[in-house]
Amino acid sequence: MSFELPKLPYGSDDLEPVISAKTISFHYGKHHQAYVNNLNKLIAGTEFENMDLEYIILNSDAGLFNNAAQVWNHTFYWEGFVPQGGGKPSGKLAEMIDDSFGSFDLFKEKFSNAAATQFASGWAWLVLNKEGKLEIVKTANAANPLTDGLKPLLTCDVWEHAYYLDYQNRRPDYISAFWKLVNWEMVNSRL
Amino acid sequence: MSFELPNLDYAFDALAPHIDARTMEIHHGKHHAAYVSNLNNALKGTDGIEKNLEDIIKNISKYPAAVRNNGGGHFNHTLFWKILSPRGGGQPAGSLMDAINSEFGSFDTFKDTFSKSAMTRFGSGWAWLCLDNNGKLSVCSSPNQDNPLMDIAECKGSPILGLDVWEHAYYLNYQNRRADYISAFWNVVNWDAISTSFQHLSK
Repeated sequence: MSFELPKLPYGSDDLEPVISAKTISFHYGKHHQAYVNNLNKLIAGTEFENMDLEYIILNSDAGLFNNAAQVWNHTFYWEGFVPQGGGKPSGKLAEMIDDSFGSFDLFKEKFSNAAATQFASGWAWLVLNKEGKLEIVKTANAANPLTDGLKPLLTCDVWEHAYYLDYQNRRPDYISAFWKLVNWEMVNSRL
Repeated sequence: MSFELPNLDYAFDALAPHIDARTMEIHHGKHHAAYVSNLNNALKGTDGIEKNLEDIIKNISKYPAAVRNNGGGHFNHTLFWKILSPRGGGQPAGSLMDAINSEFGSFDTFKDTFSKSAMTRFGSGWAWLCLDNNGKLSVCSSPNQDNPLMDIAECKGSPILGLDVWEHAYYLNYQNRRADYISAFWNVVNWDAISTSFQHLSK
């Protein structure tokens, strides 16, 4: 069995102007694809060959972990977007955000701050912890909250390749635009 | 006193097509400038602001993460601009070339070793050619804005050549093709400057 690059749930220019078609062509078409290809090469003929992605993430390290986690992280990132997304969550997620962070605006501020202050390559996450509470965490490089027993609900990729063609050094501009794409229904369904 | 962004010894477009003008302008004028100003902010009100950057770097474990990240960023970029030149490329001569031959077997083998180190650094970081504490040349890479002079470094030594493999160093021109950026880099390496620091450190 080998892994395949999952199809994007929208067209490559559907996230413009927040994320350009050019960025998608590299980020999805080259980076995400390369992680899939590397992962397949690394698991071929090993104990991981027929394992699912989360098993590999939880039981590997070094290059295999990096590529497996980056496949997972990117798929999760793309699936968290919808063209004309944004706004605010509703239902259970909205209540939990109010409970955990005080308000949606305070949550946004805290998540944005995590994304802005993750030094160098990494990710910012909204996660559900073991006690069933929401938390914001940031991870370096490929690291994924699953290995800490946390359940990811939403992520923002802050590797420079995620925003450099569109925003260059202006990571805060990318982060504020990111909110316009979030698919809150999807995030709710991940609870 | 506070730290300042050094001027480049060449124009933004002088390293083109290997490193394009827009990349240089943003890399020096925005990224490096931000490390300098964040470093000054992180050291404000401490005696660190009066210190020599190299002393700070060598004792980096005594400082907070903001100094490690931004002091490293300032030090690394300052070194990077110095080891690049529009009249660069080719091969070193003299005692540096002898040391490369004796340590790596040949200049080409050294280049391969260094390029591979730059290529396989996952995430953001730097590849280095260092003179280690035994006076021998060695190649290694470090994550983020760390460097081999830091007391926390996994591979220690005095860096004489560094290659920035943060995506901001190449993404506008090469996007995901880090390998192409690394091979182009060799065309602008300032071997005269590197030889001078090698000789200085070998004394």
